[in-house]
Amino acid sequence: MSKFRIAVHITPRKGLLDPQGNAVRDALHTLGFKPVKDVHVGRYIIIETDAADAGAAQATVTDMCRKLLANPVTEDFEIESAVTA
Amino acid sequence: MKFGIVTFPGSNCDYDAYHAVTEILGEEAAYIWHKDHDLQGSDVIILPGGFSYGDYLRVGAIARFSPIMQEVAAHAKSGGPVLGICNGFQIACEAGLLPGALLRNSHLQFVSAEVRIRVENPDTLFTNRYDRGEVLRIPVAHGDGRFVADEDVLDRLEGEGRVVFKYADASGNITGAANPNGSERNIAGVINESGNVLGMMPHPERACSDLLGSSDGVRLLESILSRVAA
Repeated sequence: MSKFRIAVHITPRKGLLDPQGNAVRDALHTLGFKPVKDVHVGRYIIIETDAADAGAAQATVTDMCRKLLANPVTEDFEIESAVTA
Repeated sequence: MKFGIVTFPGSNCDYDAYHAVTEILGEEAAYIWHKDHDLQGSDVIILPGGFSYGDYLRVGAIARFSPIMQEVAAHAKSGGPVLGICNGFQIACEAGLLPGALLRNSHLQFVSAEVRIRVENPDTLFTNRYDRGEVLRIPVAHGDGRFVADEDVLDRLEGEGRVVFKYADASGNITGAANPNGSERNIAGVINESGNVLGMMPHPERACSDLLGSSDGVRLLESILSRVAA
């Protein structure tokens, strides 16, 4: 077993109203960042876990996302490659 | 009849529910600690409002893994009545007892107000003491009350009469202005397929006394009583 570190990005599901993202986008416009088209606010989760190898670590984290970290009704998730911690 | 009221760390409407059941309805009630595995012989389970686990991760996401939720899910599966109010609605959605999810209010502000909801389906375990189209005055207090689900799920819910309450104006019109949180199709409460689990953002247990502004919530509890006791 080795120790791995995996990051997960969780974002509002595409097409779903994202009022937080819209509020940030509007604030950016106010600040003068006029070309900003769209902003989405989500969560960034870092998990450190023991696993046999990187593939196993990623499979486990995918399972975690389905069971707890993301809500499939409202969120998409993306898992970064596992790195040795 | 015995009502079991689940207390999660961060629940804050369990006492209101207890008061409504025991003092207004005159029935027995018990607090059930979230770490227990015993529903104490309750006929009806109430998942009360509050901010279980500080709303960490997502509203209701952690509470749904509380030990007692296994028993609550089994109770629901065997047809036992479950009423999820506010945070309890959020937990029931996360637990898969109800479809959809509750997201941050579209205006991003916490809303604490008395709203009006229209009874869309009076033929349920929870609403048989109301009339179809009747407008109730019930308070809401939430930051994450925007009900969302896929379009086909929403169509199905409406088609099957499972949208039980909708936010409305005083005359019963379903308008954008009457929607306090941006919920899809003004949905304020939904019921599961077998009709024994109701989730709603408004607080009927806080609308049980004219002295406190409204007693429109009493008949919801009476509805359960009349159906389950019969």
